[in-house]
Amino acid sequence: MSTTSNMNLTLKVWKQKNKDTKGKFETYNAKGISPDMSFLEMFDVVNEGLISDGKEPIAFDHDCREGICGMCSMYINGRPHGPKQGVTTCQLHMRSFKDGDTIVVEPWRSAAFPVIKDLAVDRSSFDRIMAAGGFVSVNTGNAKDANNILIPKPEADEAFEAAACIGCGACVAACKNSSAMLFVSAKVSQLALLPQGKIEAQQRVWDMVHQMDEEGFGNCTNTGACEAECPKSISLENIARMNREYLISTAISKK
Amino acid sequence: MASSPKLNAKIPPGELETKWTKFRSTVHLVNPANKRNLEIIVVGSGLAGSSAAASLAEMGYKVKVFCFQDSPRRAHSIAAQGGVNAAKNYQNDGDSVYRLFYDTIKGGDYRAREGNVHRLAEVSGNIIDQCVAQGVPFAREYGGTLSNRSFGGTQVQRTFYAAGQTGQQLLLGAYSALSRQIGMGAVTMLSRHEMMDVVMIDGKARGIIARDLVSGQLERHFGHAVLLCTGGYGNVFYLSTNAMGCNVTAAWKAHKKGAFFGNPCYTQIHPTCIPVSGDHQSKLTLMSESLRNDGRIWVPKKKDDNRKANEIPEEERDYYLERRYPAFGNLVPRDVASRAAKERCDAGYGVGTSKMAVYLDFAANTERYGKIEVSKHNIHNPTKEQIIKLGKEVVKEKYGNLFDMYKQITGEDPYELPMRIYPAVHYTMGGLWVDYNLMTTIPGLYALGEANFSDHGANRLGASALMQGLADGYFVIPYTIGEYLSEEIRTKSIPTDNEAFVKAEADVQERINKLFSIKGTKSVDNFHKRLGRIMWDKCGMARNKEGLTQAISEIQKLREEFWKDVRVTGEANEFNPELEKAHRVADFIELGELMCKDALQRNESCGGHFREEYQTAEGEAKRDDDNFAFVAAWEYKGVSDFELHKEELKFENIKLAQRNYA
Repeated sequence: MSTTSNMNLTLKVWKQKNKDTKGKFETYNAKGISPDMSFLEMFDVVNEGLISDGKEPIAFDHDCREGICGMCSMYINGRPHGPKQGVTTCQLHMRSFKDGDTIVVEPWRSAAFPVIKDLAVDRSSFDRIMAAGGFVSVNTGNAKDANNILIPKPEADEAFEAAACIGCGACVAACKNSSAMLFVSAKVSQLALLPQGKIEAQQRVWDMVHQMDEEGFGNCTNTGACEAECPKSISLENIARMNREYLISTAISKK
Repeated sequence: MASSPKLNAKIPPGELETKWTKFRSTVHLVNPANKRNLEIIVVGSGLAGSSAAASLAEMGYKVKVFCFQDSPRRAHSIAAQGGVNAAKNYQNDGDSVYRLFYDTIKGGDYRAREGNVHRLAEVSGNIIDQCVAQGVPFAREYGGTLSNRSFGGTQVQRTFYAAGQTGQQLLLGAYSALSRQIGMGAVTMLSRHEMMDVVMIDGKARGIIARDLVSGQLERHFGHAVLLCTGGYGNVFYLSTNAMGCNVTAAWKAHKKGAFFGNPCYTQIHPTCIPVSGDHQSKLTLMSESLRNDGRIWVPKKKDDNRKANEIPEEERDYYLERRYPAFGNLVPRDVASRAAKERCDAGYGVGTSKMAVYLDFAANTERYGKIEVSKHNIHNPTKEQIIKLGKEVVKEKYGNLFDMYKQITGEDPYELPMRIYPAVHYTMGGLWVDYNLMTTIPGLYALGEANFSDHGANRLGASALMQGLADGYFVIPYTIGEYLSEEIRTKSIPTDNEAFVKAEADVQERINKLFSIKGTKSVDNFHKRLGRIMWDKCGMARNKEGLTQAISEIQKLREEFWKDVRVTGEANEFNPELEKAHRVADFIELGELMCKDALQRNESCGGHFREEYQTAEGEAKRDDDNFAFVAAWEYKGVSDFELHKEELKFENIKLAQRNYA
């Protein structure tokens, strides 16, 4: 347990009523913040103060608060999920800041993620990409005994690493082009690596990439900011794998 | 004791082993042409909701799915860590359908239905097959087969897992199956929508009123059947391991429309959570039960011992679970482990600054793994450092993400120091009463997964929640719903300008107006925290008559105060998280009262329900099978007015016994 004393901070937070209005930064004071608080608990304290002053609280998305649901999404001091590597906003703790700091908090910025209100954005584009092909086409009841499919451990582990993506959108927010390649490639890779998913691999990558383009995400220019900011450390190798898969699928579709 | 005539569990007759297969082969079917005209509403997109929606859409039904999160993939099933049970016997350690059935009944302290639990055990293997077919990346052995681990309350290895992220991987599997149906147009997905009420026409559930959480508009949706897959109500305690948005609202609205609430007082307090660090705390984080495979739980033998953990020598440590329960040791069921931790802390042996924590220590097993590794690596005369280093790598592979999470939250490194843990509210075994078909007492209204009361009795075993959610969704409801819908093929889609829809929407609107009109002085969270305090102190890990009686009157006063003094900011027709919370907390307050009433009537201790008046000389839960071998199903009669109905539990295959893990 930390023994550091409580902090006073200045927050500059993006406020925007809805997607059709213009937003602006507003300044708030966060007083008596314990270093053991999570970043979102610090927002709870600020909001509680706003409500008791008869003001409107700051809207933000959050749910599990243990770093797995992917709902929280704050762009903190110019970085998605803030200054620490490999954590979501909800797992960022105030011991990463010091007394007197000014913290700038914005929503994810991307044309494909319109602002709903304040710090909450619409990420349904990700769901539509998944609906375009992020699955194995197997109906309930068709499965054979699980151990009939043997999968070498290294491949299983690699698929698992890719499957760890939580769909938060930090990769898009981090990218100067608002590219969703890391998100899409994680799902493409997971399924392409496994024999169950191999069968439809070409169709899947084709469908998902086309939906991704349709949603207005930008292109990948290999700057690697997505990998650096990903709270689950999804690897850029997935993008390389997706590009290979996509090339094959283009070649096949030309035949 | 005879069951109430209002409760027909519809357990099929015949031998336990053949009930389900016979039922499945004879249940009424709906032909494909009719399925296309039958609409099903699914509320909630967790394991139960997503798997049910995907499977029903595959069968040809028209399905609409609602979730309050921004995507179905966010549902709280995603946070389950440790694993999913299945009676595959891949480890050749004597597992079987019967053994899983037996362990589940016993683990639930003999308060679940034999028929339901046996069905659960029967379909458990299919779940693993289905998930693997979908591409769920379970942990594997070097030979390519699936890996297993142990969980509490069992002596076999039947838990399948994906590191400490099993729930995430299973949910993403179900979400992908759901996404496929969305892409094909068979499922209409409505994210950021919250169910506000059930619409009843001629005594049947015929749809819901939902609020679009972005625009704030109320919407009417028709369905021939409505499935509530809305999870548990642990957030009634304010602090729990549940996600912030988990709520009882859908189930509670159904309850007020006539669905009986089963065993509301059965709450699971999970033994291994990160302790509370201060008043700002918004939620508690679980450290998976799987850690108890390799972690040893202890406290100092001396009271108020302020030395650091690594300064306390081995002989001055009390491994109290191993001492009290030598057969199961650290792997006793959750309720037993939680109470034992509370007992030690209450007696003054707790650790950490708050003294409300015990140690979960990995040092011994890190060394054990290290020794195995040095042999594998052919290292002769290894140094202690070499052993520990290699051991840590093994521990990291098994629990790396959990250790990272612990470090992130506490600022302490669990590879070097033992974790500090304390029990926290985690799961609710109670829920809407359902029959064998998973139908509530409202015709056409179903409850699946944690939202129903069914399979875990008074205590759920680890890795069984994922099993039940997916069993209900993939393998039970697709069959059992036919019994109802086969009688509904002549019912045309009912237009939503029907007066029942108009009235239900008007009632919801009135409640929203009421919440805004109060303009009180206290935030919604203020009420939620106070409710949580009452529940934790008086209806938590230990309960007694006096405390429960006090809690009931305190909660009634809190409800009155809420409706006089709550402050809801913002407007109705916009994205307004404060309004969402206000609806949910208002329902939690009413539920809290019912939970205390249920705990008060159950004059026995069983599983997670521990009444201090009813314990053995050793401090174990003391059941009263003569008077309490029943499901308590509560009917809503009005504000603070609930009528108890009893469903007798008949044990024809298992002999009731005092649970013994020693």
